[in-house]
Amino acid sequence: MGYRDGLVVDDRRNGIFRVNRALMTSPDVYELERATLFDRCWLYVGHDSEIPGPGDFVRRTVGGRPLIFLRDSAGTVRMHFNTCTHRGATLCREDAGNTRIFQCFYHAWSFDTTGKLVVTPGAEAYSPRFDRGQYNLVAPARADSYRGLWFVNYDAAAVDLAQYLGRAIEYLDLVLDQAEEGMRLVKGAHLYSVKANWKLMVENSIDGYHAPTVHATYVDFVKDSGGGQRKTALAAGSGIDLGNGHAVIESPAAWARPIAYWEPFFGEDAREEIEQKLARLVGRHGEERGRRMADTFRNLLVFPNLIINDVAAITVRRIEPTAADRHSLQAWALAPAEELEGSAALQRRLDSFLTFLGPGGFASPDDVEALESCQQGFAAAREVPWSDISRGMAKIPGSQDELQIRTFWRAYASLMDGAGFPARVEGVESPEAADAPAEAGVTR
Amino acid sequence: MAPAADRLARHALRLDVEEFLYEEAALLDAWRLDDWLALFTPDARYEVPSTDRPAGGPADALMLISDTRAMIAARVKRLNSRKAHREFPWSRTRRIIGNVRIISRNGDEAEVTANFAVYRSRRDVSVYMGQYRYRLVRDGDSFKIRFRRAELDVETLDAHGTLSIIL
Repeated sequence: MGYRDGLVVDDRRNGIFRVNRALMTSPDVYELERATLFDRCWLYVGHDSEIPGPGDFVRRTVGGRPLIFLRDSAGTVRMHFNTCTHRGATLCREDAGNTRIFQCFYHAWSFDTTGKLVVTPGAEAYSPRFDRGQYNLVAPARADSYRGLWFVNYDAAAVDLAQYLGRAIEYLDLVLDQAEEGMRLVKGAHLYSVKANWKLMVENSIDGYHAPTVHATYVDFVKDSGGGQRKTALAAGSGIDLGNGHAVIESPAAWARPIAYWEPFFGEDAREEIEQKLARLVGRHGEERGRRMADTFRNLLVFPNLIINDVAAITVRRIEPTAADRHSLQAWALAPAEELEGSAALQRRLDSFLTFLGPGGFASPDDVEALESCQQGFAAAREVPWSDISRGMAKIPGSQDELQIRTFWRAYASLMDGAGFPARVEGVESPEAADAPAEAGVTR
Repeated sequence: MAPAADRLARHALRLDVEEFLYEEAALLDAWRLDDWLALFTPDARYEVPSTDRPAGGPADALMLISDTRAMIAARVKRLNSRKAHREFPWSRTRRIIGNVRIISRNGDEAEVTANFAVYRSRRDVSVYMGQYRYRLVRDGDSFKIRFRRAELDVETLDAHGTLSIIL
């Protein structure tokens, strides 16, 4: 059985979309995902600003591989597999730092920041034919960046990053252009794991339908702090298939944004500064685009596992599968570089971030609960095998519909079948179903 | 003050602080959050730094929690709701507090550190361990909390998933 029309049912005639829950529980599926998605797609690694100076490094596990993401001594950004070419020991054993040399603790083989093997203790014991040049650190097949966001691809034959990102670039730009002096990641990361399949986190990160229920206490908090004046905002947006599996929901800001939508949560003191930010944005980008950047929530999926949510603040969230029923998350706050450390503007942004987002926020913990409860429910997958993602198939999809989630699944199923990315969906997915009488139910 | 008297005063203060911290922990373990909220001064703050930056502050780093008094109240209101799904039903917690040290005294304010292990049980058991930093203000026989910071020693929240309880 294939993934398309087998484990993922895309019934356009009837406007029904279903996903088989085995995709969230099967170790075999998990292994195949490694080979077909994570060994083939561009995967987010890190941001320029994490390694600002020569010799700066961070280590990271991306697509299951241990990587060192660094700026070499000459200032070039590089990636090396974090494994000694001698016997395999983990070379870099700190999460971040600065160095000129990576010395393996096992036998002291040492490499410079370009990956060149420079020291093999007792070198005279090796044969004359032993070629040290064969033992430099190994770099992934491809590494490339878009405006400070660095990606890796383990497939030498992959399309270029810009081509891969495609229409997602318009939305990345709507985020990145908010800065006057470029974006940076704020120090400090949210590092946590969820006992649920990674695809549930993808769905959840671009799911507008769950907000009123899962996040009822957050909505109450917004009201209590004098915000949420646009009561219908969350339902007013749209869900968009951006092609190549990328998708976005965009809706009018439902609560405060540091760029640049003032609500009482920020306090009267901040009002003028935020309105000035808005005026400068409009000055730089024109009325329509400037207001869109200031005044709109965006939840963007860059297929398969990068989420950039531009809501109460901007979070960059990397989803790393660790087992069929488990994934780990790394999330950062992206902020304009001109919001300096110690400034009221940065503190406002981080306060706004923390109200909703992260393991200690007023909303994210309930998402984790929802995902883990789904995963527990999948124990009954033999008797209850399908999840439904049909919302909004027979209409122009809004931000509380599920087109953007279907976009992920369509790309997923197509790649898992060994095909390329499917055609982009535009307009109503199931016009035929839209014309059917309201009571014309479809038997499962 | 003579050295011996000074030592007795320090011991007395530490005993008072220990008693206060134990009572606070008992309120949290019993989920008596409204009573817990009443322990704070109007200008109070509650912070938990990110696990990869335990010395970080809210002015320049992404924290896990950075609450003003108003946000602490909002957190309590949320946790008292049946719609704080991660904590409905409430998890069971048990706090062990020790190594209480008075770092400094400044008028009616004492700077205090203490070690903690907070066990949380719901489906699984996870342990949050680390160090508290308090600034406590004398309030009759007891104290009010002006500043409360929990610095975690865990490197990630991989074992915990969230920080949905009060640490």
